[in-house]
Amino acid sequence: MSEQQVQSPLPGLFYLRPAPDQPPFVEVGSVVTADQSVGLVEVMKQFAEVKAGVAGTVTAILVDDAAVVGPGDPVMTIETSD
Amino acid sequence: MTVEILEPGLASNIQDQGRPGYYNVGIPPGGAADLNAAATANQLVGNDVGAAVIESPYMGPSLRFDTATVVAVTGGTVPVTLNKEPRPQWESFAVAPGDELSFGFLQAGARIYIAVAGGFDVPIVLGSRSTYVTGGFGGFEGRTLQKGDVLPIGEADGTPGRVLPEHLRPVYSRAVELRVVLGLYDYRLTDAGRTCLLESEWSMSPVADRMGFRYSGPALEWIERVQPFGAGSDPSNIVDAGYPVGSIQVPGGVEPIILHRDAVSGGGYAMVGTVISADMNKVAQCSPGTRTKFVSVTMDEALEARAADRAYLAEVTAAVVS
Repeated sequence: MSEQQVQSPLPGLFYLRPAPDQPPFVEVGSVVTADQSVGLVEVMKQFAEVKAGVAGTVTAILVDDAAVVGPGDPVMTIETSD
Repeated sequence: MTVEILEPGLASNIQDQGRPGYYNVGIPPGGAADLNAAATANQLVGNDVGAAVIESPYMGPSLRFDTATVVAVTGGTVPVTLNKEPRPQWESFAVAPGDELSFGFLQAGARIYIAVAGGFDVPIVLGSRSTYVTGGFGGFEGRTLQKGDVLPIGEADGTPGRVLPEHLRPVYSRAVELRVVLGLYDYRLTDAGRTCLLESEWSMSPVADRMGFRYSGPALEWIERVQPFGAGSDPSNIVDAGYPVGSIQVPGGVEPIILHRDAVSGGGYAMVGTVISADMNKVAQCSPGTRTKFVSVTMDEALEARAADRAYLAEVTAAVVS
């Protein structure tokens, strides 16, 4: 077991939901695959999906919905099974 | 002699020093958002300042070279790697056939510039290789770069090992002052509105690209007026006029927009001021959340600042091209 942080690759606004009227991508306890989207960053009138990067279980969400983030800022913690 | 795009980054595109002279027919000057960083990258590899480079906002691409050449990376501060080995910024270095250039997370600034010896040899359109994405021409197929694109590069030996001295490198801040010349329509603001524009701390929003940079902050107050024929009903509307590059419009009195090098050439929003040309590179290196103040200067001060910017570039040339 090891904990990995998901980092925002971009500066911008970080969203936990694909759209305001939709449920969040993940919640604490969600099991994710490496290529699964866990959030969106809005910048330059574009929305870029943020992938989990590793397979495992989401143990913490470190930012609020629509938080301002910088490149490399940790947004989530994922516990991997290896 | 090509470079393949393995990963494009967010909106990487080809830019040079732009295509001035067509704004009257609606085609913006374009060119690298940070012209100085692009010019310097070229000088480091031994190109003329006007060669075409890759501009990557917020996130670097991954590239593979099929030929031996020389590369330099300037602009936003970012870890650079060649085949996963670190490489410096503001310094030219050699690459071999098969080498892969990639980037870590951006640490400061907003736009990365990548120059190769010989420049990116895309077709010249209206005197420039710059991409005008909105118009769908220039650069590589008139668009941002995509995975799998293969970019031709010009023939040149290049000069590895050129270094821009530390004291000539820009320092990027998350709190900036932008010098503006007020007008032509600042008379449409009340005194309180004008004071609010110049005294407030504005925060750069994520809605910012080569066309314009939007800022959040308080609402500006306009003088009441009878709607002129040809103007929209909002107090921030005017009868259509040309928009200078750098001009600040405030649709509805909220969220000022600085038009940048891919600006639309005219429209019906009052321009309350214009960011001076010498500070447009600084705008290009701001990222969302950057705290921004507008500082009023006179036209003479703006011209002095432009002369100082040219003197800086001459100093860069003298230091790099020895």
